[in-house]
Amino acid sequence: MKETPGTTGLIFNEPLLWEKGKTGRTAFSLPRRDVERQPVDKNLKGNGPDFPDLSEVDIVRHYIRLSQWNFSVDSGMYPLGSCTMKYNPKTNERQSALPGFAMAHPLLPKSLSQGVLQLMYELEQYLTEITGMDATTLQPAAGAHGELTGMLLIYAYLKSKGTPRSKILVPDTAHGTNPASASLCGYRSIPVKSNERGVLSPQVVDELMDEDTAGIMVTNPNTLGLFEENIKAVADIVHARGGLVYCDGANMNAVMGIVNMRELGIDVLHLNLHKTFSSPHGGGGPGSGPVCVRKELEPFLPVPRVMTKRGKYELSEDFPDSIGKVHAFYGNVGVMIRAYSYIMSMGPDGLKKASQLAVLNAAYIKDNLKGTFHLPYDRPCMHECVFSDKLQEPYKVTTLDMVKRLMDYGFHPPTIYFPLVVPGAIMIEPTETESKEDIDLFIESMKAIAKEAREHPEMLHAAPRHTRRRRLDETAAARKPCLSG
Amino acid sequence: MLKAVRIDSLEGLFAHIPDDCRRNENLDVPAHLTEWELNDHMDTLAGSMAISPDYKVFMGAGSYEHFIPATVPFLLGRSEFVTAYTPYQPEVSQGTLQAIYEYQTLTCRLLGMEVANASQYDGASALAEAMLMAIRISRKKTVAVSRAVHPLYRRVLQTYFEPTGFEIRELPYLSDGTTDLSSLKDMNDLGGVAVQSPNFFGCMENVPAVKQALENQKALLVVSFSEPLAYGLYKNPGQCGADIACGEGQSLGIPRTFGGPALGMFASKMKYVRNMPGRLVGETVDLDGRRGHVLTLSTREQHIRREKATSNICTNHSLCALAAVMYMATLGGAGFKELAQINYDKSEYLKSALTRAGFKLPFSRATFNEFVVEFPAGFKKTYQRLLKKKIIAGVPLDDFYPELKSHYLLCATETITKADIDTLVQEIKK
Repeated sequence: MKETPGTTGLIFNEPLLWEKGKTGRTAFSLPRRDVERQPVDKNLKGNGPDFPDLSEVDIVRHYIRLSQWNFSVDSGMYPLGSCTMKYNPKTNERQSALPGFAMAHPLLPKSLSQGVLQLMYELEQYLTEITGMDATTLQPAAGAHGELTGMLLIYAYLKSKGTPRSKILVPDTAHGTNPASASLCGYRSIPVKSNERGVLSPQVVDELMDEDTAGIMVTNPNTLGLFEENIKAVADIVHARGGLVYCDGANMNAVMGIVNMRELGIDVLHLNLHKTFSSPHGGGGPGSGPVCVRKELEPFLPVPRVMTKRGKYELSEDFPDSIGKVHAFYGNVGVMIRAYSYIMSMGPDGLKKASQLAVLNAAYIKDNLKGTFHLPYDRPCMHECVFSDKLQEPYKVTTLDMVKRLMDYGFHPPTIYFPLVVPGAIMIEPTETESKEDIDLFIESMKAIAKEAREHPEMLHAAPRHTRRRRLDETAAARKPCLSG
Repeated sequence: MLKAVRIDSLEGLFAHIPDDCRRNENLDVPAHLTEWELNDHMDTLAGSMAISPDYKVFMGAGSYEHFIPATVPFLLGRSEFVTAYTPYQPEVSQGTLQAIYEYQTLTCRLLGMEVANASQYDGASALAEAMLMAIRISRKKTVAVSRAVHPLYRRVLQTYFEPTGFEIRELPYLSDGTTDLSSLKDMNDLGGVAVQSPNFFGCMENVPAVKQALENQKALLVVSFSEPLAYGLYKNPGQCGADIACGEGQSLGIPRTFGGPALGMFASKMKYVRNMPGRLVGETVDLDGRRGHVLTLSTREQHIRREKATSNICTNHSLCALAAVMYMATLGGAGFKELAQINYDKSEYLKSALTRAGFKLPFSRATFNEFVVEFPAGFKKTYQRLLKKKIIAGVPLDDFYPELKSHYLLCATETITKADIDTLVQEIKK
């Protein structure tokens, strides 16, 4: 086996911010005073915050050391299922940092903000085209925010037809945030069991879908990495009873240029620009969760909307049926710039190729690890594949033990224990940006870990060994919460 | 690789997708650009935007121009922060986790609160989440919100509340620019009351008076803000009795970027932590007893509680929170106070220059770095003339408050010089 990226090395210790520094230090250059100091109302005046005083060197070393304790896409393969941890092209960072964008005030007169309005307008068009839907809003600031917006749209649409209804169907292979997003809109989630093939069966939906159900929230491809092959039949049933079909498009990376979501019967769909469209995840945010809809739902989209009039771009509030606003301004424009830059760099063929290679890489991992790990749904997969720890049970080694050991080999763990339909799930999404060499090394590492599970299970129980910290006591953290210092 | 998976073409990978689900036509998006072409195109788009120093921008209203020290973008650009995800695996995410823990701590110190998170998208959604949290805690169905809270925040609140059936009552503002609390006494069914301080007009609210008005009521006091730098000069929400403090953190080292990404700051009293929306980082130890940090109290969250979660929030605006904590650390306590004082001094100078020139300041209450001016009717023309001179003379208020015709919200931070202010006032007088 080739040498894996994981190794030991000198990692610096670093205290908490306020355990450093000395009174009187600062790393900030105050502007030269050109106006006089003015008196402040005594009743309102405060003492200012108790922040530590640090020098520039204190601060730089602090954050450089902290950064070295993180695993990131730029340091290694990060096959976290359903999170699409693809490489983030650096040209995107250049574009979003252009002062014209970065320094723009959101309430600039429209004549002085044409560039960013054009970008937003065109990005809406491109996302509409890529999904095959009819219209798009860019306002939601994250995937879950997109889900909430999508559900608000469904609520508003159904209400305009008479009643918003009270229930929503959520399959067991949908994303974890779906039920919470639905319940914010007052919908009660009705779980739908997937069938033995790992997908929805129209019969089950037929039994559950009634006149008080607003529709169904599917994830397609679903969290088992499988294409919902009965989606059209399911959509027909839901539509026939006056409901709508919501699609969590977090897994769009598998199907760009391959399927048309509207033709599948989808009415509302959210995207994650930080997944499919390559903007970096930032340790958990900021993301962006645009929502694409069919024509019938367009009047309900959030305002303001970007419009064109005689070759000029403008923001319009003139949509009386709109659900209103979900963000103070227009959403995470900085993330939109990166996604736009990505689409422009890739072009139509590049986007389709990205999806094809994402699926190829997942299929390759699935075929190579089948047999080493239990594969509960042995079927053609899309952009990710889901294994379990069933074959390691006799050695008392769990999914958690194995993925902790994977850290020592220099890989970020896959998503684990999700989806819930697979006990001990190991959900692997390599993305299209990993080379064959790195994928082969990942496969070999997983096989080596399976061997260790048989021969030295104690080694896995004690993993990871090479990280700065060993396994952390999460129970103690929750029992006696210490949330600030 | 295709051979290894026994498929003869890339198209073959999708053979299992039913025919009627397949897309037949190619994607109709522009042909790919080289990096050179892309740079040209983006430079053109960005070049059309009005920004300082070319333009003198006297606009605040929830988005502020502050000097960002070189340490912040430099350190924030570290790939290990930028290209990591939510710290689900703490052993390989200690950098993000400790940085968020430090953010939580400095946020508590800034706002005078006991617990804070880094999970909200912006000041508007933070307010909506705070009011939903107040309703969960109080088990009441009505909230009251001051009309001097940012109008765009109030619209987001309305959107969130629409399907819930909960009621929002508005509290009017008084002639001094603060909230009229007189009707609060007669409302005894409230779950929460929200004021913003400094409010949308820039005025410092009398927050302790709101607290007093809520005595013997179940309602939680929510203090919103769009300019946290003000707490370098004025008393913070905690000192004024807030149960929840929430607002916008863009001022703390985050570029404006046409309104987003921003940073929803969110903090409360410790006794309410289990009702708090979003993710929290806590301190713990590893197997060897060494200090480390983990995501904690996740039993409140959507991926475990599903539909019973305190909110659907899954993201943490981690990178924005990092920018904020790096900014707060760079300034330090003394720097933060002095910078706040300078913001105050600049806007006071602008105020006095405008008053001397004969313009009216309708609200008498103390302000921080922005305030309302009433210009003579027909000022719209002057405003347009100033745009041609590359001066943006604040934000017109009549779109937000139809009764405030010819009223403008003007802001002067540390980035505005005395000379800029003098030019502005001279040009207005012309």
